[in-house]
Amino acid sequence: MIHVKDNKCDYCGTCVAVCPVDAIELLEADIRIDPDTCTECDLCVWVCPIDVLEAVETEETNHA
Amino acid sequence: MPDFDVIVVGGGPSGSTAALQAAKAGLKTIILEKDRDIGYPVRCGEAVGDEGLRYFIPEPDPRWIAATIERVRMRSPDNTALTFDSPGKGYILHRRMFDFHLASLAAAAGSDIQTKAYVDGLLFEDGKVSGVEYQHFGERKRLTARVVIGADGVESRVGRMAGLRTALKLADTESGYQVSVGNVDVDQDVIDFFVGSNWAPGGYLWIFPKGEGMANIGLGVEGRFTRDHISKELVHNFLKEHFPKAAVMTAVAGGIPVSTALKKMYTDGLLLVGDAARMVNPLSGGGIISGMRGGEIAGQLAVDAIQKGDTSAAAFKTYPARWRKVAGKQYERFYRIAQYVRELDDAYLDKIAHELVDVPAEKLSILKVFTTVARHKPAILLEITRAYANLL
Repeated sequence: MIHVKDNKCDYCGTCVAVCPVDAIELLEADIRIDPDTCTECDLCVWVCPIDVLEAVETEETNHA
Repeated sequence: MPDFDVIVVGGGPSGSTAALQAAKAGLKTIILEKDRDIGYPVRCGEAVGDEGLRYFIPEPDPRWIAATIERVRMRSPDNTALTFDSPGKGYILHRRMFDFHLASLAAAAGSDIQTKAYVDGLLFEDGKVSGVEYQHFGERKRLTARVVIGADGVESRVGRMAGLRTALKLADTESGYQVSVGNVDVDQDVIDFFVGSNWAPGGYLWIFPKGEGMANIGLGVEGRFTRDHISKELVHNFLKEHFPKAAVMTAVAGGIPVSTALKKMYTDGLLLVGDAARMVNPLSGGGIISGMRGGEIAGQLAVDAIQKGDTSAAAFKTYPARWRKVAGKQYERFYRIAQYVRELDDAYLDKIAHELVDVPAEKLSILKVFTTVARHKPAILLEITRAYANLL
């Protein structure tokens, strides 16, 4: 799943703009990534101007 | 009876311009802004052209003008500088105050405004957009309207909620980062563009003067190169090397849509404007005035539709053509030029700069630089000449 590094997001919305499945929601100071919708394409991880998103292995993907 | 005639989602320049059109026609209008403040945070280089600005505001107010631009300087990868007169005068704005001013014009015409109002859903009636759901200071609210205008910026989620495909391709997205700095000595009448993969792969780095001793220094990295390059790091490395004494007063991230405008920018009961409709100059990444032009057209379309009693998609069908006439057609050319320019390697860009560096300033122009760059590609040369002709 996509993980947000603690307290580093600037809430700029670049990740939201490129997300092909609209899995990311940004409030004034909160970012939510819906793990059920996310396809782990990693576009948001790459495009983030300040590198706060990272793809992390989950238990589910470890045992899939 | 709906709660409002027009709901505008987003209180940036495009949204406020659309709201002004609706409110001054006597329509019951509201702007819903996600953030606490209109005009803040400023995710923008803040540059506008004089002519475009004066179309909306004949007498620019010195309170929101940080610097007046007379010249352009382009720098190649090895930092060879070409300076020439700007094709038209320009300004670096204080967006925080500029956006506030535009919203206050809408308010003076009768528009309501709510901040901290986060729209997270649309209401539908018989498949037509009929309002919004939002959070306001933690409280869930619903408002109905005859027309919803999505001015929600690069994220463009309102359009998606209505079924429009607004997601940007990676190659059409610039990953941006900018600092506003003090204690820097930069020419206050010059905008600097640094072109080359060492500065900003697939994009450019800018220095825009922001008043004596201050500047906006930022860059955009094209999406395809973002896997290996972090915009924030490139900016801070540049600062360390070129402005080691700079004090960083603001730092912002931001995405810049550099596609052409959406083909489908409206649906039943809904119009998109500004960055949300991808109404950005894909060569420069500038989108303030063009977004306002889009906001003006959308606002007028909403007024006409409501007065005629039909706010279905059919009522908005002239929108794309009107946009193309104002800027869209020009931007389609700029898009093709941008695709070509991006593919040029650093050695070639340096070679061009070295050839032109001895040309006297009065004989140098942006057109001359671009035509020299593209002299091996006649088709692009024609595009550039046409694009430039339209500028004048």
